[in-house]
Amino acid sequence: MTNETQPSMINALNPNNANSRIEDDNVSIEVDNLKLYYGDKQALNGINLSIPEKKVTAFIGPSGCGKSTLLRCFNRMNDLVDTCRIEGEILMGGENIYDKSVDVASLRRKVGMVFQKPNPFPKSIYENVAYGLRIQGIKSRRVIDQVVEESLRGAALWDEVKDRLNDSALGMSGGQQQRLVIARTIAVKPEVLLLDEPASALDPISTLKIEELIDQLKDQFTIVIVTHNMQQAARVSDRTAFMYMGNLVEYGETNTLFTNPKEKQTEDYITGRYG
Amino acid sequence: MKQQKPTLKLWFKSGDPWVWLNAAAVALSIIAVIGLLSLLAVKGLSHFWPKPIMQATYELQAGQPQIIVGEHVETAKVSAQQLIDAGFNVDPNQRLHERSLIKVGNRDVFGSDFAWFIDDYLKGIEYPKDLVNLERREWGNFYGEITGLKENGQVVSNTDATPDQLYEDFTKRLDRALSLYDQIHHIEKKAIGSINHKMERLRLKERKLELHPPAADELVKEKQLISDKRAVLDKEYQGLQTELNALYDAVKRDSITAKVSNGQEIEINLSHIVKATQPNKMNFFTKIGAYFHSLWEFLTGDPREANTEGGIYPAIFGTVIMVILMSVMVTPFGVVAAVYLREYAPQGAITRVIRIAVNNLAGVPSIVYGVFGLGFFVYFIGQNVDQVLFEEALPSPTFGTPGLLWASLTLALLTLPVVIVATEEGLARIPRAVREGSLALGATKAETIWRIVLPMASPSMMTGLILAVARAAGEVAPLMLVGVVKLAPSLPVDGNFPYFHLDQKFMHLGFHIYDVGFQSPNVEAARPLVYATAFLLVVVIAVLNIAAVMIRNRLREKYKALEH
Repeated sequence: MTNETQPSMINALNPNNANSRIEDDNVSIEVDNLKLYYGDKQALNGINLSIPEKKVTAFIGPSGCGKSTLLRCFNRMNDLVDTCRIEGEILMGGENIYDKSVDVASLRRKVGMVFQKPNPFPKSIYENVAYGLRIQGIKSRRVIDQVVEESLRGAALWDEVKDRLNDSALGMSGGQQQRLVIARTIAVKPEVLLLDEPASALDPISTLKIEELIDQLKDQFTIVIVTHNMQQAARVSDRTAFMYMGNLVEYGETNTLFTNPKEKQTEDYITGRYG
Repeated sequence: MKQQKPTLKLWFKSGDPWVWLNAAAVALSIIAVIGLLSLLAVKGLSHFWPKPIMQATYELQAGQPQIIVGEHVETAKVSAQQLIDAGFNVDPNQRLHERSLIKVGNRDVFGSDFAWFIDDYLKGIEYPKDLVNLERREWGNFYGEITGLKENGQVVSNTDATPDQLYEDFTKRLDRALSLYDQIHHIEKKAIGSINHKMERLRLKERKLELHPPAADELVKEKQLISDKRAVLDKEYQGLQTELNALYDAVKRDSITAKVSNGQEIEINLSHIVKATQPNKMNFFTKIGAYFHSLWEFLTGDPREANTEGGIYPAIFGTVIMVILMSVMVTPFGVVAAVYLREYAPQGAITRVIRIAVNNLAGVPSIVYGVFGLGFFVYFIGQNVDQVLFEEALPSPTFGTPGLLWASLTLALLTLPVVIVATEEGLARIPRAVREGSLALGATKAETIWRIVLPMASPSMMTGLILAVARAAGEVAPLMLVGVVKLAPSLPVDGNFPYFHLDQKFMHLGFHIYDVGFQSPNVEAARPLVYATAFLLVVVIAVLNIAAVMIRNRLREKYKALEH
């Protein structure tokens, strides 16, 4: 109630929301008072948030808090839900991605996404990675070969699969499939990578590999990761946002948020009192 | 713990009765299917086994013996009273008497191929080695003895030649006649058929010029061209005709004299004989050879004698080509409709009503589709097509009459609901995650459907197609209205331009069964063919289905659902 500088904040739970803005980094995505409804039900209650460029930002929070919903706003995946309605703006490069003039397909090319469960296409490993390029109409065998190799190396998968590129992707292990999906996503050279609980369906060793991969990739991409696992958020992210019931409760440097949370709710959550 | 007594209640509780009930139902179904197939197979396929020719004395009234020669077909029991009422003098104390159906052949002499004989009066049954069975192009089989050979009406056989020598000489001459007959057949069907086809095309071209005359000098030039071509064809035709006449003379050179069971001598020209056998001389292995030879003739030959003799190749061909055409038409149409219903149409009340309507279409009686096909495709579309594209052939219709195209289209319509429903189910089963994965890479919805969703749904489309083929191949009623005939003079695919004759009428196994079984003048002769044709129809449908199932399994392997 004391925050006079941000009158647009309607977040009753978190009146002191100044830290949702960042000044010291280049901003990649700027979320401005985003409200999202599924039919009559409001799922996001006016989110304000800046995501820094070439850093890892983690969204944490209990199930149903809206962190995945928020993530799916960044590449307009929520458009696929018929009853979904959005108010507010998300700015990338100064442009509102919900503007009518925006081409959704090219937005999604700029904002890649990896899902909770590995979802390789029922094609060969090679064709999975080449899919994004083929859609863009690239036909040159040489170019595609090169990008496939680059992307598989980028996803730390090349050495494991280089001898069986023409085998079906469905024969790989879950961890390999998830790294293949990452390779497929970075093959189209996006600016932002959205990771929606990318390791939740994997065993600990595969999880570790994914986390190492995230660490390598953050030099090239802006990464936003949703995770249930607080240790994972603490390990991989530079900034963390804690969400609860459709509100952004606290957002800040990961170290600060985990060691010295400002909000009582955040503290309760990270110490395991609920969630 | 207290031991419980095994009671009926406990037995029911254990679930065993259910297992037994289910197993019994499955067993019953399997027995029914196997029973059906073996009945068809045994009754149909045994027909081609060479049967011995029996000779017996039939003495209905003392002192008037009658010699009977023929193949034994079946024996049945008949009550004494019935026979006495019919005027036969049989022992009334023996309640049941046996009578035999014998194929005596020689329809030209006896008037009918089959006759019943009461076993009590059949005496001295034997199987003389020298009896021959001659399959003829008309008048059915001949059973009897060969007594002499004639060349150009002059007897050439020695009077003291043994029957074996006579038969050997006869088979040599028969082989010559058969090869000449093949040549005649080839010239008539292929060469002259092709010339007729070209002549007809010239006539149509000329007619077209008359209907839409071009500039005067052009017209003269065109007409000149046509008459030149016609002259060439005429000359070609004359040449073939001369050749044909020579062949006809040559093939009629030889004939045999033969004795029928009642002692009558008849003369049979070798050009009328299709096949000669001496079944009483055959051993087991030669019989096997003869069996497969007959079976092969049945599968590859043209029908003879109102479909009661000869083969059924045109019917097999017609069935298969119609089913393939139907598949080619129904699959793209059904898939496109299913994609719209499932992927694009808003899932509201209207879509639901459309879906219910499509499902109900599958329940419309097939004859109704036949009527629709005749009224809409043949009379409406066909006649309009004729007006526009085949004006020169009018008033004789080209597509305005039942034919292969309309039959395939009608069946495609009939099976459309099956394909739509199966494809829709397949589309609904594609995991959302895979679609999202494609969309997240910047693919549009159309690209996702074409590159990811449809290939993954292809096994379901094949399932739909399998069901469609199974239904279409066995359908007869609508076909009778839109294109199937008892006897088609030529196959719908041949060497004459444009090679595929979609306007032609065709033969079909299902209709063939109906025709042979119910419309045949010679019921006894037709009966085994009904079984054999029915068996073949089942085999053809099974083969088509197995082919589709194999394709589907390959696709399934390729696009097997993601297992998480």
